[in-house]
Amino acid sequence: MRRAWKAQRCPPSRLALRRAECRADEDLELGALTPELERKLGAAVERMPAFPRSVQKILELTRNINCLPKEVVAVIEMDPVMTVKILKVINSAYYSLPSRITSVSQSVVYLGINTIKNLSLGFAAVGILPRMNAAGFDVQRYLLHSLVVAGTARQLATQSARGEVDPGDCYIAGLLHDFGKIVFAQFLTAEFHDALRYSAERGVPLHEAELAVIGVDHGLAGALLARRWTFSAELVDCIRDHHDPRAEPSAMIDCLRVADQVVRYRAIGDAGNPWRATEAPAAPLRFGDDMEAIVARVGSLEKIVEDAMMFAQVGKEQ
Amino acid sequence: MKMRFWGVRGSIPSPGPHTMRYGGNTTCIEVRSDDDSLIILDAGTGIFPLGQELLKRLPVRANVFMTHTHWDHIQGLPFFTPLYIPGNSVRIHGGYDVVAGRGIDQIVDVQLQYSYFPVREAEMRGRIEYATVSIGIPVAVGDATVTPLLLNHPVVNYGYRIDCNGKSVFFTGDHEPWSNIYAPEDEGYREYQQIVDQQQAQLDASLAGLDLLVADSSYTAAEYSSRTGWGHGTLEGNIAWAQRLGAKKLVCTHHEPTRSDEDLERAFEAALETAGPGQAGDGAPEIMLAREGLELVL
Repeated sequence: MRRAWKAQRCPPSRLALRRAECRADEDLELGALTPELERKLGAAVERMPAFPRSVQKILELTRNINCLPKEVVAVIEMDPVMTVKILKVINSAYYSLPSRITSVSQSVVYLGINTIKNLSLGFAAVGILPRMNAAGFDVQRYLLHSLVVAGTARQLATQSARGEVDPGDCYIAGLLHDFGKIVFAQFLTAEFHDALRYSAERGVPLHEAELAVIGVDHGLAGALLARRWTFSAELVDCIRDHHDPRAEPSAMIDCLRVADQVVRYRAIGDAGNPWRATEAPAAPLRFGDDMEAIVARVGSLEKIVEDAMMFAQVGKEQ
Repeated sequence: MKMRFWGVRGSIPSPGPHTMRYGGNTTCIEVRSDDDSLIILDAGTGIFPLGQELLKRLPVRANVFMTHTHWDHIQGLPFFTPLYIPGNSVRIHGGYDVVAGRGIDQIVDVQLQYSYFPVREAEMRGRIEYATVSIGIPVAVGDATVTPLLLNHPVVNYGYRIDCNGKSVFFTGDHEPWSNIYAPEDEGYREYQQIVDQQQAQLDASLAGLDLLVADSSYTAAEYSSRTGWGHGTLEGNIAWAQRLGAKKLVCTHHEPTRSDEDLERAFEAALETAGPGQAGDGAPEIMLAREGLELVL
């Protein structure tokens, strides 16, 4: 298996070409992620456990027949794995809904809180993600990163893109933008381990290292899964393009990319891709090109960070 | 189109002297389209007497639409005698259970397990087919169409709108109108309310021009406050809903198992009074309680 992957490696220099091709013909299935592997990763997500805190909270809440629906929703919304699984169900062919569902709240209205509660209990029964895996990827610091990016993207949408995009959609984009990494860490452990090392040793961004070592980066892998689960096209594009400086600007991707950059700049959490001084500003047209000014504009993230830390169960990092 | 109510009770069969007039069987409604195609809504214990009636004219061709799979809506199915007679054919329609990961066919199979019932499905001599319904995708039955609409209950529940030559009826199965899970001071309140309003508006739009609304009216408005989230509607709420929809007629069903005939009538009268005399003018819906044996012609 691992040998087969390595045979399909391609150099980072082909990244731009692949991206351009990808956008040109809207074909997400370019690169080494074959339909067969996509199916394998997709099926593997079914067996992917959720994060420790949400599993614990769901088990706790569901013991009480009168638990508040909003408490169940709050737990699911903090867990990328549970959120993915809920959106996957609600957008599945079983319901053939006329429009794509992008939030946990909408899913609750459609399916009813008891069904959502029982689904989440099923997710909790899969087990819990161990903090460290053989890839050497710390899933709790990853969760902290995802949660703070999610909260920041929502805040940016409210502050700077009012009326252009639903802040709730930006939250989901932030929560799920790096979902490909957690899938890699769980199911392509050795390859992802090599990619993390490649990135650290050569000082290249993780997505380029993934492309070199695995043959596909976490953005494309996440997007393929999101498309397979018929998530909204905007969300699929955001996940795919969040590292692509040439991506078509939109309120959602602008908020996501700036949130991601600010959170990495401030070193809150860690998704294996630290901020680099050489990075160009993510969405200069909307947010300007002065990193310090962008950070100042975002303002204090204290509340978002506090909530995220409590949930991700990591200590204060700065 | 004609309808006959064979079971109007919610939750559990409730036979006895106190329920003689409205009946104790759980949900089952027979619908006949203009070309006499047979549609059966739910298979509560009311489907047993319906089955006996159907034996008078064989073979039986029936389409059973399950709103959901809670016991009181499926309990009569193994006792639906036409299933045992060669030459009959019954198609059972229902939703996919996302929690159990099972379709309607497997759910019935579970009901007929050795521990719970003496006959296996394979031993039933009638022809049984299964069909999974999807939101808003109409199913043709003779000269009628049946359109499933997703409602709100502790398990996935489809209401069914039946249209036949310009006449229409909607049966909710079990349904509690959507409500906000947040308090007005909570951060998510407004966003959630928008989704709720949108969902209700979509449903109302799908029920435009309705001749008859048959709705889960388990509770009174006063009882509802301590039964929120149980998945059922109220007499008062459904009267207001039928008025808003401009439906010509409302039949209130899924009566509480503990409610005697007298209590039921008292609750109904009180709800009508709450609705007010101003509602009784031209174009206001005719409102009645469902009872076993009630026949309606649309």
